[in-house]
Formats: sequence, C-alpha cells, structure tokens
Amino acid sequence: MNANSLLSQFRATGIQTCFHDRHINPQILAGLNGANWRLNDYEARGGYQALRKILGQDGASSTNETGVGLTQDQVIATVKESALRGRGGAGFPTGLKWSFMPRQFPGQKYLVCNSDEGEPGTCKDRDILEFNPHIVIEGMIIAAYAMGISVGYNYIHGEIFSAYDRFEEALEEARAAGLLGSNILGSSFSFQLHAAHGFGAYICGEETALLESLEGKKGQPRFKPPFPASFGLYGKPTTINNTETFAAVPWIIRNGGQAYLECGKPNNGGTKIYSISGDVERPGNYEIPMGTPFSKLLELAGGVREGRQLKAVIPGGSSSPILPAAIMMECTMDYDSIAKAGSMLGSGAVIVLDESRCMVKSLQRLSYFYMHESCGQCTPCREGTGWLSRVVDRIESGHGRPSDLDLLNSVAEDIQGRTICALGDAAAMPVRAMIKHFRHEFEHHVAHKTCMVPAYV
Amino acid sequence: MISDATKVRFAKEVAKYPADQKQSAVMACLAIVQQELGHVSTESEEVIAEYLGMAPIAVHEVTTFYNMYNQGPVGKYKLNVCTNLPCQLRDGARALHFLEKKLGISMGETTTDGLFTLQQSECLGACADSPVMLVNDRCMCSFMTDEKLDQLVDGLRSAEDKQ
Repeated sequence: MNANSLLSQFRATGIQTCFHDRHINPQILAGLNGANWRLNDYEARGGYQALRKILGQDGASSTNETGVGLTQDQVIATVKESALRGRGGAGFPTGLKWSFMPRQFPGQKYLVCNSDEGEPGTCKDRDILEFNPHIVIEGMIIAAYAMGISVGYNYIHGEIFSAYDRFEEALEEARAAGLLGSNILGSSFSFQLHAAHGFGAYICGEETALLESLEGKKGQPRFKPPFPASFGLYGKPTTINNTETFAAVPWIIRNGGQAYLECGKPNNGGTKIYSISGDVERPGNYEIPMGTPFSKLLELAGGVREGRQLKAVIPGGSSSPILPAAIMMECTMDYDSIAKAGSMLGSGAVIVLDESRCMVKSLQRLSYFYMHESCGQCTPCREGTGWLSRVVDRIESGHGRPSDLDLLNSVAEDIQGRTICALGDAAAMPVRAMIKHFRHEFEHHVAHKTCMVPAYV
Repeated sequence: MISDATKVRFAKEVAKYPADQKQSAVMACLAIVQQELGHVSTESEEVIAEYLGMAPIAVHEVTTFYNMYNQGPVGKYKLNVCTNLPCQLRDGARALHFLEKKLGISMGETTTDGLFTLQQSECLGACADSPVMLVNDRCMCSFMTDEKLDQLVDGLRSAEDKQ
C-alpha cells in the first residue's frame, strides 16, 4: 500500500463526533453524513433559498419597489431581531456589527470569515467547513449583500488543511453555478470569495492579527481603535465574523429573525454548536438550542467517562475561567448564564475534567500553551506568560514556594488589561480561576511536593 | 529551483488578491514550497520574495513566525502530536511518548534513517478526535491508539522499503 492511501485510513469520518442523533433541533449540522457536502446536496436541504429570497428569486416572496426580495436594511434588521451573537468567542451581536459597516463608503470594502479555529477545545468550524461548506458560503454572500461588499476571504486554520481544500472545492462549485462572482443569479449584485490558510499561529484567531496575516505579514494584533469596520484589511472597512456565525445566517433569512430567537432564549438566539472534549464518554460536536441546561449537554455526550464524578468544566475554550462541578451543573449553555457564573461561553468549547484530574498539571499545560503562542509584541504578555508558565511548572514538579500562589495572581493581574489584544487576558484568566476555585490543590502541591489526586495519565 | 508547475500554483494564489497586494499570497507560496521540497530554505524565501515583490527578510519573518514552516530539513514524514489540555485528557501525551519509544527518538528529533521527525504540537483543532496527529502538515490522523500508531509507522516503513 502506498503512503497516501495508508494515511487516508486514519482520517476522521465524523461518524462519532458529528453524524449522530444527539443534536437537538439542529440547523447547521442537520442531515449531514459526510458524503452530502456538495452543492446539489446542499440545495436539496434548502440551501441557497435564503439567497434567492433576498434577491427576489425564490418564487414566493414578492419583490419590493427596488426589485429585490429583501433590502440591505431588511436583512440587517432580520439578523438583529434574531439575537444572533458572534460564535467565535466574544458573543457580540452580529446584526449590530453589520450595522457598523459604512455601507455608503465609496471605495473597496471587505468581508472576512474567521475560520482560524485554534482555541483549545474547539473543533466545530472544521466539521462545518468539511461537511457543510456551502452553508458558510451562502451566509457570507448574504452578509456581503447586506453590507454592500464585493470581495471576501475565508481564513482557515492551517492545521485543518483538508477543510481548506474542501472549501476551495465548494467555492468552485458555487462559482460554476453563478452563485458567486459577477452578477450573482443574474442580479446586479457581485461578490468574489476566496479561501486563505494560516500555518500554525494561535494568535491569528484574533481578528486584527488575522488581517495582518492575510496581508502576508507576521500575525501581530493591531491596536484598536481603529476597529476593522473603519480600518481593516488593506486599511479598508472590513467586517469579520466567525464561521459558525455565517453558517447561522441562511436559516435566519429563510425562517425569520423571530423564529431564530425563539429557538434559543431572549438575548441568546438560535442553536449553538458545542465541542465537548476531555473526560466524557462521547466527545464531539453537539448542536443544541441556546439555553439548554449543561446537565443535558453532558448527558448527550454520554456523561463523565467510566462513571467517574465531574470535577470541573472549562466552559468556553481554554481561555475561559474554569468552573467547579457544583456551579457548572446549575448553568444553562448560553452567554448570559455562563457569564453570571463567572466564566464565558466563548467559542462553546466545553472541556470536561473528572475527579481524577490534578488542577496543577492541567494548568501547567495551558500556561505552556499561552507562553508558546504569545506573539511577543507586548511586554506584559511576552514576559508574563513565560513567568506564569515557569512558576506553575515548579509547583507541579515539587519545587513550589508558599508565596507562589500570590505571585501567580499578581503576575496574572499585571498582564490582564495591559496588552494590545486579548491573549494576555486569555493567559491570565485560567490561572486566576484555577487558584480561586482549587487553591487547596495548589497549596497541597507546594506543601507535599505531589498531587492531591494521584491518578493522571 | 522552483519549477514552472510550482509557479502555476503560486499564480493561482496571487490571483486571489488585489494586484497591488501580492504579498498576501506569501503564506500559501511558502506552504507550497514546503510541500514540494520538504522545508523552506533561504533560497526558496528569496525566490518567493522576488516573485511577490517583497524584501527577503519580510518573507523570512513569516517563515519564522508561523509554527508549521520547517526552517530546516525534516524527516520524510513529520509527525505532529497534539498534547494540549483537551488531548492531554485523552491520551495525547501518551501517544507522543509511545512514538518516542517506538521511533527511538525524543520529540523534536529525526530518526537516523531520515524517515520520521516527531514533534509535540499545539491545538490542531480536532479535540474530539484525540489522540490526534498531523502528518506532513496536511493529513490529520484521528483516534490514534497505540495499535493505530503501530499500523501507521510500520505501514509507512514498509511502503518505503518497497520503493
């Protein structure tokens, strides 16, 4: 057997992690099987009907006086009504972001999709891009229409190269069908869309670092303001949304903003894809309505593995503060509930830790990660992430000092809020939350030079 | 040293961007060179710089900033095993150690026959598939138990022997 066919045997099929019947009212992942990602499959699922609707070509809606189905204002109003919030991590209201775009700006404007999915725990955009790429394309076309944008890019995490190749293939299909390019479906609206890839830099998930990378530079974040809406790609007005955010848009346009809002809960519209990893029986992606209890999500994922007890959960990607089991079990999965509990919904990446896990060792790996991925631009982050990592290292290896816990808190405090981008905060928050909730484990490590919980692979 | 076929691939990337923004294609051009030659050499950087109208140092800045560019020769198969926290909870580090033992090298090293380079990597974005491993930047291998790692390494070795 040659090397390529051998390697292809180990490719993920998505069967365990995505194509299961444990979603609840899915919209983005509904009806997927891994083979039905092509244009004709997507159209059979109702794909590109939303685009036809706004262009007044769906045969149902009547066109208004301007000859289209929905005006730019109507599209933005619908997205606002839906209460869709950014799925990349910040949870900013999408319709509001779109309304910031200076639509009448006479020069070039850009639309960018952030598929640089590198937040540890997050693996949802990969499945969307591989198994339902056209839903992202359609969402981007609608966004471009609403904001009067003629060129867009989808920047895809370099590590998921097959998703990049897949997206390129889907773009070719859409172009050939007249859904992308000049005069889309015979209308006066034109939109060119291209794929770009990263090559191993977590920081490029930060939107201005991503723009720098798209410009062919080191991915070092820009100072804000100016925000991308006024000074973005090549210095032009630019709107950036996450992959899953764009993927939510076609359903909203087809079914209305109110219907989407009603899928979730007030201020937290729609469904959300949660990536569950760590100590559960069935790690994977689960698309469920916003506001679903965490306990239900855990049950869908088969519960804590091997019948162990839940110890703690990192609810929104590795940067979000960890929450002990008792607090987490009272939460519902939406932006407001998790924020009220003292953490963040973030990208919806739920990392589950069972009773056998040592918190010092867990934090050690995360702190190493932030040190490794700090871009080096801001002193508090460049020096502080290394400092945090070295102090956690010495506690884990039995060389900790009683003063180290206060030292960690003080270094974290000095990083937070003092850097250009949020990576500094992302490095500091896990440290502070770990010490806040599991101080006794860190103290035990310092005093006894060993873990409180012995079993950890 | 860069063939016409490679330049066709470069041109496809450059065409995605405005005419005065050819530099935007640098990430893709470097990845293409790495795929074809195994790593990014100073000479390759110079060719790309000339092709895109950039200063060679600006290309070098990109090569050195992004983790996946190989700044020197690596084994024929570069194995990157994710050991970040979600993977650590599901045998990611164990898979890395298994490969260290099997290949007789430590992470960061290349086997003496030049066949394998083993690296620890940060989040690959496939957390539910752990243990996961990226082979030569483009091929993600999922659920890599010890048995599958054996199959993969032994299979690649025998595929090479037959050549």
